[in-house]
Amino acid sequence: MTDVNVSSPDDAAQHPDLDPPDVTSEHEAAPLVTTFGELAEMGHTPAELDPDAPPVLEVENLRMYFPVKSPGLVRRTVGHVQAVDGVSFQVPEGGSLGLVGDSGCGKSTTGRLITRLYKPTSGSMMFQGQDLAGLSYRQMKPLRRNIQMIFQDPYTSLNPRHTVGTIVGAPLIVHKIIPKNKVLARVQEILEVVGLNPEHYNRYPNEFSGGQRQRIGIARALTLNPKLLVADEPVSALDVSIQAQVVNLLQDLQREFNIAFLFIAHDLAVVRHFCPEVAVMYLGKIVEIADRDTLYSHSHHPYTQALLSAVPDIKQAAIGGRRERIRLEGDVPSPINPPSGCRFRTRCSLAQEICAKVEPPLLQIGARHKVACHFAGELGAHPVRPVTAGLLGVDDQGSPSSNGSVESPKLSPGYEKTWFDVRSQQMTSA
Amino acid sequence: MTTATPGSDSATSDDAYLVVEDLSVSFPTEDGMVTAVSDLSYRVELGKTLGIVGESGSGKSVSSMAVLGLHDAKSSQITGSIRVGGTEVIGLSENRMRKLRGNSVAMIFQDALAALHPFYKVGDQLSEAYLVHHGDSSKRDARRKSIEMLDRVGIPQPDRRVDDFPHQFSGGMRQRAMIAMGLINDPKLLIADEPTTALDVTVQAQILDLLQDLQREFNSAVIMITHDLGVIAEMADDVLVMYAGRGVEYGSCKELLTHPEMPYTWGLLSSVADVTSDTSARLIPIPGNPPSLLSPPSGCAFHPRCVHRQKVPGDLCATTMPPLSPGKRGDAHLKRCHLPDPDAIYQTEVLPEIAPDLVERT
Repeated sequence: MTDVNVSSPDDAAQHPDLDPPDVTSEHEAAPLVTTFGELAEMGHTPAELDPDAPPVLEVENLRMYFPVKSPGLVRRTVGHVQAVDGVSFQVPEGGSLGLVGDSGCGKSTTGRLITRLYKPTSGSMMFQGQDLAGLSYRQMKPLRRNIQMIFQDPYTSLNPRHTVGTIVGAPLIVHKIIPKNKVLARVQEILEVVGLNPEHYNRYPNEFSGGQRQRIGIARALTLNPKLLVADEPVSALDVSIQAQVVNLLQDLQREFNIAFLFIAHDLAVVRHFCPEVAVMYLGKIVEIADRDTLYSHSHHPYTQALLSAVPDIKQAAIGGRRERIRLEGDVPSPINPPSGCRFRTRCSLAQEICAKVEPPLLQIGARHKVACHFAGELGAHPVRPVTAGLLGVDDQGSPSSNGSVESPKLSPGYEKTWFDVRSQQMTSA
Repeated sequence: MTTATPGSDSATSDDAYLVVEDLSVSFPTEDGMVTAVSDLSYRVELGKTLGIVGESGSGKSVSSMAVLGLHDAKSSQITGSIRVGGTEVIGLSENRMRKLRGNSVAMIFQDALAALHPFYKVGDQLSEAYLVHHGDSSKRDARRKSIEMLDRVGIPQPDRRVDDFPHQFSGGMRQRAMIAMGLINDPKLLIADEPTTALDVTVQAQILDLLQDLQREFNSAVIMITHDLGVIAEMADDVLVMYAGRGVEYGSCKELLTHPEMPYTWGLLSSVADVTSDTSARLIPIPGNPPSLLSPPSGCAFHPRCVHRQKVPGDLCATTMPPLSPGKRGDAHLKRCHLPDPDAIYQTEVLPEIAPDLVERT
């Protein structure tokens, strides 16, 4: 909390092992707060949505299939893990999109595709007019400075044998941004930005606590002034009180540097606070994407509704007992051999014949609301007949029919001016 | 729901199945003695759930491991008293402890993959737990009991899955198998150490439902260790908040979460986001980091991070450790804080910032 430095930087460099491993309070350069009012001022309210912001990243129909090899000497490909299967979304400039879902739904794979740690099987990722999906390693390198990543586990994502200065300065040297003799100054500047004591550049990660290590990870991602940060579960490994510090820091940085975030997390409450727009994934597909209020208060997909009802609520203490919740039975099916039609149908209480036959498209049903469900509706008000039947040219059981079809709505990563209203079954606009 | 009565001299002291009094646990380390838990007292009655909340290193797990006698008797120093169903656990010989452990007290761990042995079939691990305490039953009986327990915790096709290895189970199923192992001997006291932290929310809800059903069925006492206040709010009857090895607030769940009286509890409440709260609510972290237990701060251990200490006259917070005593809201709500009227501060200062929508109602 205070910036009293116990040992001088030079001492630490010569005897890195002499530093007590868990005395961490002196690492932080944060200002001393004395009253609750001051502290409350530093806390942030949830981020707001800017509906007019142009997209900085536009992902369309992104697919990632990992091959499954047969055992033995001749390792033939016997199947594919369909980790991400046809995902489309936009991340607005300086805004943030949340990506939530159970483990194994493909949210982390999506993040790694965008940072091009994997090469996608198909699809496009438009960033500043370039399609990242098709670029070679060499073509990708100059673009990497614009897209950086923050990892989940601050204990394994930092090299224990490198000093903080080396870790944070590495991107500057790799990309040859500034001359080597100016790297240190920039590193110290960044450390101060993320609330660490800049004089501790020559300490090792083991001397820092979990929250402080995550700050180092954030500093490393910030050194190149990225336009887009992919944050993969940035706070889930941290203690509750430290989570709030890091979330507030990320919000500060977003405002100051106008960074767009793809915020991947399974904690729906943190995502609600950080992201004005949220996409819900299930088994490699986006099942619902909407702005915060719509998604958390008027979700239309049965999986989103089940997910939200499963979150334990502190306010329940005033009432006592457990909340009524939608119970999902069983486990997520295998992505090697996903169910036909709608992938959620095996655990869905609304599932009918059409769900097994026809895959529901991600249909825009509001100004900023898309959902992929044949029976999309608010909780307790799901329609009896599939809303999508007319659009897809099938009857209520999902068999092809020539019943009068409304013009098929366009399925693009962004939002259209007109959309399909679920209640009236007509195309409407605002 | 009957109101809990924390306090050692209350009339209910004989009803409680687990009574922990003035427990202190210290370990020698290279840097000196670390007192991981000091002067901790709590009690759990049959059919009730006690939630223990705190950050990592606050002594939550250490105190419950002491209940199971899992600390090395040679090096660790344990003082105070732990009575399980009337039996004093501290100083109990390892032979007698073994009879207690897994039989009347069982534990569920956070990481099911690490807690189950990877080389043995799930069914064999369950059978072993059963046979240890039922020496006269046959292996066939134990296997039948294992299948019955797997079925009870909701594993599909238990007669086939009983021969699976742990890696063939999904994360939720492993946690279920571990719960089955913990409950196979009908323990009267179940300690669940972060039972759902590693799980997805939908699976977490399934496991919490299961724990609650089983508790109702077996009428067991449950200790739920977690850092998730939402889980506490939905599961616990009583709550104990721990900080730096000490209990800092103790009371019934509803009372404690709606009228918290300790600034650390306020900090915990204000630093978690919530899926239903007002969108003008702020996320307010607790400044600084948890203290090192090698050299705990003087006075109140929380004072270096406390933003309300100016409201206490003089330097009391830095010099004197406040006692864990009842506040203005009755004897059933204990807090360790010098603030004269903390509830008023919470209602007027803290609540408007963290949950503006709740202010009018309370």
